[in-house]
Amino acid sequence: MSSNNMTSRLFLVGALLVAGGGLAFVAMSDMGENLVYYWEPTQLMEAGEDAYGAQIRLAGLVETDSLVWDEPSQTVKLVVVDANEVKVPVIAHGAPPQMLREGIGVVVEGTYTQAGIFEADQLLVKHSNEYKAPEEGATADELYQTLEQDFKTN
Amino acid sequence: MKWHYALGALGVLFLGTGHAWGLFFAPPEFMMGDVGRILYAHVPTAWNAMLVYLFAFVAAIGTLWTSKSSWESWLVGFVEVGVVLNILLCFQGAMWAKPTWGVYWDWDPRLTTTAILIALFAGVLIQRNLFHAPDKRRIITGVTAVIAFVNVPIVYFATTWWNSLHQGLSSPDTVSNPMHWPLRVSAFGVLFLAVAFSAERAKQERARLEREDTAPTLPLAQKQLELGAE
Repeated sequence: MSSNNMTSRLFLVGALLVAGGGLAFVAMSDMGENLVYYWEPTQLMEAGEDAYGAQIRLAGLVETDSLVWDEPSQTVKLVVVDANEVKVPVIAHGAPPQMLREGIGVVVEGTYTQAGIFEADQLLVKHSNEYKAPEEGATADELYQTLEQDFKTN
Repeated sequence: MKWHYALGALGVLFLGTGHAWGLFFAPPEFMMGDVGRILYAHVPTAWNAMLVYLFAFVAAIGTLWTSKSSWESWLVGFVEVGVVLNILLCFQGAMWAKPTWGVYWDWDPRLTTTAILIALFAGVLIQRNLFHAPDKRRIITGVTAVIAFVNVPIVYFATTWWNSLHQGLSSPDTVSNPMHWPLRVSAFGVLFLAVAFSAERAKQERARLEREDTAPTLPLAQKQLELGAE
């Protein structure tokens, strides 16, 4: 075996070590604790005073019978609920995504006000990983079980 | 050997069948309606982009272990096709995200890591073109590809490790029965096409490396290049 070959193999071992170390670092470290894409209502409430005024992403399910679309003011009102049944009322401005409905997941971005209302500048719908054929009389929360589990296991 | 032309033709057949099935015969998705049919393009692209990067990783190990240009050519083929699938993935995702989530793009963990993946593997190709000494170039390509691959499992587990806007991993349990087969057939279609394109690019790269190898040395030109570089 030539020395070139040997060098190449040493580089292979080095690259694999760097790669394995990098992956282990990301997998084992507490990055999940520090890298938070959104809060759920429970975490928002736990933050207490700190929650007011800060730009926050809040996610949860749209509570049944809470969704109101006010056409003249182009405002959506809804209540976001999580697994602990903690609820946060949300007001979002602008036309919502067509998929928005009760029982589906949402991610809202905005600020939590002293009045106890979350003022959202952006409302996104979070779809689940379940793809279903239409069923007679089925509702969103019957069909999308993993989305609910998402907000139950977290 | 022209086996990859046959594989490519089979890929077109599978992809055509899978997409026709998904577009015209499978039921619309309950929540998303017809928009949900982009599932048959997006999910196969995602699976195969990750799979082709896995092939590239194996080829990178083979390249560094054997120092053979045949492995190196496959490595280049897989990385190129992987980057193309990865870019397609982001555009398909954006087209799907707008009518469902409400935005084309959002910096959630899955989307962010997927965008980084394009940069990493495009970086492998850019690096490769910066080096002209064959041994150095081969080692650089292999090493950068092995390191870039670290991000593939991170992309895969992004929706598990962190909370995200993007939905979690799909599995046969989460996809309704009449949608299984068009999804699977489309996925094999993309796989066959991806391997066929990779094989064609590997063949071209192998020919290029051989030409380079047998090209007569030009001492004068070499010298001028070196002088010019200083």
